[in-house]
Amino acid sequence: MLEYIQILGQEIYRILFLLVPILVSVAMVVWLDRRVWGLVQKRKGPNVVGPFGLFQTLADALKYIFKEIIIPASANKVIFILAPIITMTLALVAWAVIPMSEEFVLSDINVGILYLFAVSSLGVYGIIMGGWASNSKYPFLGAIRSAAQMVSYEVSIGIIIINVLLCVGSLNLKDIVLAQKDLWFVIPLFPMFVVFFISALAETNRPPFDLPEAEAELVAGYQTEYSGMMYAMFWLGEYANILLMCAMGSILFLGGWLPIIDIYPLNLAPSPIWMILKILFLFFLFALIKAIVPRYRYDQLMKLGWKIFLPFSLVYLVLTASFLFYFDKLPKGNF
Amino acid sequence: MIIHSIFFYFFSIIAIFSSLMVITSRNTINSVFFLILDFISVGCLFIMVGAEFLGMIILIVYVGAVAVLFLFVVMMLNVAEQKNSWFTGKETKHIHSGLIVGNLILLELLVVVGGWKYKDDLMSSSTLILSNTSNTHQLGLVMYTDYVLYFQLAGIILLLSMIGAILLTFRERVGVKRQSYIKQISRNPSSAVELKDVESNKGVTIDD
Repeated sequence: MLEYIQILGQEIYRILFLLVPILVSVAMVVWLDRRVWGLVQKRKGPNVVGPFGLFQTLADALKYIFKEIIIPASANKVIFILAPIITMTLALVAWAVIPMSEEFVLSDINVGILYLFAVSSLGVYGIIMGGWASNSKYPFLGAIRSAAQMVSYEVSIGIIIINVLLCVGSLNLKDIVLAQKDLWFVIPLFPMFVVFFISALAETNRPPFDLPEAEAELVAGYQTEYSGMMYAMFWLGEYANILLMCAMGSILFLGGWLPIIDIYPLNLAPSPIWMILKILFLFFLFALIKAIVPRYRYDQLMKLGWKIFLPFSLVYLVLTASFLFYFDKLPKGNF
Repeated sequence: MIIHSIFFYFFSIIAIFSSLMVITSRNTINSVFFLILDFISVGCLFIMVGAEFLGMIILIVYVGAVAVLFLFVVMMLNVAEQKNSWFTGKETKHIHSGLIVGNLILLELLVVVGGWKYKDDLMSSSTLILSNTSNTHQLGLVMYTDYVLYFQLAGIILLLSMIGAILLTFRERVGVKRQSYIKQISRNPSSAVELKDVESNKGVTIDD
């Protein structure tokens, strides 16, 4: 019995060692997002609280904690309260399989990439539950839009993942990174990287695809009725999801924890640093795009997803498969 | 081993409880949410058995896509009131057909579970090699070699049903303006602007 308690304690320690840095980095990343957004528009962005305004997000979080949580009288209370909790939990749970280096991973499972894909496809429930339980027009419309959008872009993300898996021959995230030792997949699969990046924008409801919360039409979309800490949980979950998509992109295409070139001064740095740098680079692109691109119209969004990305990634899948087959480069696997 | 059985009973109790709640809860939205809970716990049971690929596929396909469409339909059609009338109203004609279908499904389940005992006599076991390779590899080895015909047939059935659904719901609308990117990009000043001399008191007709 004592043995089990010891194992449990160890696991909880490891989980906290992963979760606390992620929550802190989500706070920092929100600050980075707002700073980049401000600099693009020739403003300063948040720069008052703490050095360079670094503690701005903590101050915001404190503000949210002390605000009253308002639950609409006609809302379905259980589902209304569950929705932000589900969003936040799913965004954090996915980090369990992300490898930061060859040893530093919470659980190294065989079907890591499928797990990531499954958790990110469950993310739609937080939004759809929040929108429906609010029992009001704007949140409901926002939730329906967002659900349709996320389901459509998941399809092309799935096919892009199959593209990468064809080159790797394994569903394990570690194997996917180690297969890029000689050549990052961003070079042979560059068009797929672009499509993945744009689909990730749509999957996380970021501008230019932030139609679920288009403030000109829907007030704040599915978050309209939320206030205080529950709103903050939606918000943190959204940013944790964005970081997750960045981590997924860097694992699938940018070689995960591998240094740019495996030569003397570069491979001295511990591998998690490379992983973090790549995640930050992708996040910087996310922030830039938020600042410089106008919002899509809804029919354009659907057309892009179904009529352009899906056929394109399917054709590229056939091309990749035929190339690998013809030149006998298919991964042999360990069986 | 104790931990394993504790987890097994945890997930299976949740699965059974939520499947009961699917058919007994009055609010249709709640039934759909319980259905999702059921799918998730069945997926967890698959993972516990060691079929991690199947478990994840259940999560992705059923929970991530099918159940979302269920929710869509239930939310849009407002089925909640209809279902209430089945319980309280005098319309009992649904119950007969429901009973017949339910009993048929029960019978089929009995046949399947009963036939499990004699499965070695009824069908030849496939070339599944139970070694230490991951079950994704094993599935791939069997599905695309021995069962490739069934696999493709299933795909064709799905394609046919998709085409059928589109055909049934398709209606051509007139008077809808569609956006064409190529038309928009290939506009130039000479084709976009037209100068016309208008005689006074005549006017011109402009078509777009």
